[in-house]
Amino acid sequence: MKLPARFLLALAAATAALTAQETIKIGEYASLTGKEASFGQQSHKGLTLAIEEINAAGGALGRKLELFTEDNQTKPGESATAAKKLISRNKVVALIGEVASGRSLEAAPIAQAAKIPMIAPAATNPKVTQTGNYIFRVCFIDPFQGTVMAKFAQNDLKAKRVAILSSVSNAYSVGLAKFFKETFVANGGLVVSEKNFSEGDKDFRAQLTAVKAANVDAIFVPSYYTEAALIARQARDLGLTVPLFGGDGWVADQLLEIGGDALNGCYYSTHFSPENQEPVVQAFVKKFKARWGANENPDAFAALGYDAAFVLVDAIKRAGTTDGPKLRDALAATKNFAGVTGVTNIDANRDASKPAAIIAIKGGKLEFLKTVAP
Amino acid sequence: MSEFLQQLLNGLSLGAIYALIALGYTMVYGVLRFINFAHSEVFMVGAFIGYYLGKLVPEGTLWGGLLVLAGAMIGCAILGILVERIVYRPLRGGPTINVLITAIGVSLLLQYTGQIVFGAAPRTFPPIFPSANFHLGTLTISSNQLFVIGVAVALMIGLQLIVFKTKIGTAMRAVSLNPKAAQLVGVNNNVVISFTFGLGSALAAAGGILYALNYPSIDPLMGVMPGLKAFVAAILGGIGNIPGAALGGLILGTVETFIGGSQFSTYKDAIAFAILIVILLFKPAGLLGKFTAEKV
Repeated sequence: MKLPARFLLALAAATAALTAQETIKIGEYASLTGKEASFGQQSHKGLTLAIEEINAAGGALGRKLELFTEDNQTKPGESATAAKKLISRNKVVALIGEVASGRSLEAAPIAQAAKIPMIAPAATNPKVTQTGNYIFRVCFIDPFQGTVMAKFAQNDLKAKRVAILSSVSNAYSVGLAKFFKETFVANGGLVVSEKNFSEGDKDFRAQLTAVKAANVDAIFVPSYYTEAALIARQARDLGLTVPLFGGDGWVADQLLEIGGDALNGCYYSTHFSPENQEPVVQAFVKKFKARWGANENPDAFAALGYDAAFVLVDAIKRAGTTDGPKLRDALAATKNFAGVTGVTNIDANRDASKPAAIIAIKGGKLEFLKTVAP
Repeated sequence: MSEFLQQLLNGLSLGAIYALIALGYTMVYGVLRFINFAHSEVFMVGAFIGYYLGKLVPEGTLWGGLLVLAGAMIGCAILGILVERIVYRPLRGGPTINVLITAIGVSLLLQYTGQIVFGAAPRTFPPIFPSANFHLGTLTISSNQLFVIGVAVALMIGLQLIVFKTKIGTAMRAVSLNPKAAQLVGVNNNVVISFTFGLGSALAAAGGILYALNYPSIDPLMGVMPGLKAFVAAILGGIGNIPGAALGGLILGTVETFIGGSQFSTYKDAIAFAILIVILLFKPAGLLGKFTAEKV
């Protein structure tokens, strides 16, 4: 992006004037690189866009916002270090992160101990906010997502016998598999085969061969996108033609890039679809493309990152301070906050209840199927 | 029954890749008596060379694929030789433990250099070879699986021929048996050791390409797990023994696959490694290894 020199000078002068007055420091930890880089990149872009918009409108409490970002490289253990650094060195007043439940669970105890509110944009495992009263989220939780997909499998896919393929070393995967199974079995379905793998595995033929022998109608794969895509490819290689379906962990451009045609006839649930024609969604898509390039499509995590920033700023404005305990109380009192992913109401468990969107993959493209209300 | 055959095929194609990597560990050990931990990163570099070369040739053609395979093998052979020349050779003659620690260092250096050069995000490996699925009754065989097994077997036979039928192979065995005596009868140890590293690294590159073909998502840390498994396979078969490494790889791949398909899939790696411990309790030198007392 090229800017005229005069504008840049004015901008520099403006920033100089602002730094004189202290900024409101916000910390972000995200998987900007590594296996789940797409999660971090998307939420980071959504969050950055929101902060820029808020600053352009004058910031909060008469001060500008400043974002400090740490990359956890998708590695276990790094999120805790990143959270510590953001809190103790950068003195942030709030943390935003992460998309993945496992990594949010690593940072949550640190935010809780330091009495720094943390907002997870897209961590869906219930345990994340159970860590303590300073931990919030702006997305739905897995018991809801599991129920949505169990009903979808029964009513729309007409599946009676399903297999579940989940990752044992991933809190999100284990939780979602459990909640799906509870509803599916309670409604009279049969889970005939449950197979596990570990994060970073690339060979799933062994599990899929066993699943094939179990003769199922559909396979539930509550994993992240890299594994889901590889599982789909290997399933088709083995002659398994039944639909695969999963949760919001599938959301990433790399899903179709790695999985290709193997994913046709598969489904997943998510928080947001850029294909949704509602004006607020389309306005967000337009702003996102204007900021990050015409080829960049915001996905659910970009939208949730964007909403997380606005929910935080809304709370800062209501609290009238960035003081941890007061900001926490204001966040807990968030009601009817309208964002691009729907209306956010923070409940007693510091979770948000929001509608889920179901996406179908057809002919190598994503199709918005329907929204399921909470 | 068909499930059993399918799992056997899955296991063999996974094991064939472990075997190719294990050969590199075992050859270097045979000649230099140390474990080259950087070997699993050579495997990763092989996959990445394949990724970049794969963009230059048309997708899904046999000649294009073979060209990429050859290019990656040559590239990694050069990398292996350079690592030996720059890092390990100055340490030769010192205690083995020094070289071992250095090897771990080189491994980490390559992993993190890879993250800077290639980026840490996973890439999608292009389908460089034509692929199809065959159906034999209820058995489904993908051409990639057959190709992996075929290339692995061909390379292992080629390796056996080099080691036992050529002059340089005889020299390798001589250095392995007694490096000083080999030097006395006119073998240039440096050349032989460079050749061993080059050959082992070329096999790792082939393993990397075959792995990426079957599991088309590559990243700079992709070598860690297969490298560890291949190392275990080399020990299982008897470290320093070439057919042993091949056998170890096949056994480990097959066992892992059968457990992965059973109700104990959660404990896949744990059980595979437990079996290794049991085998080593009964045969400390590995399946095909001969136990020799260390000379002091």
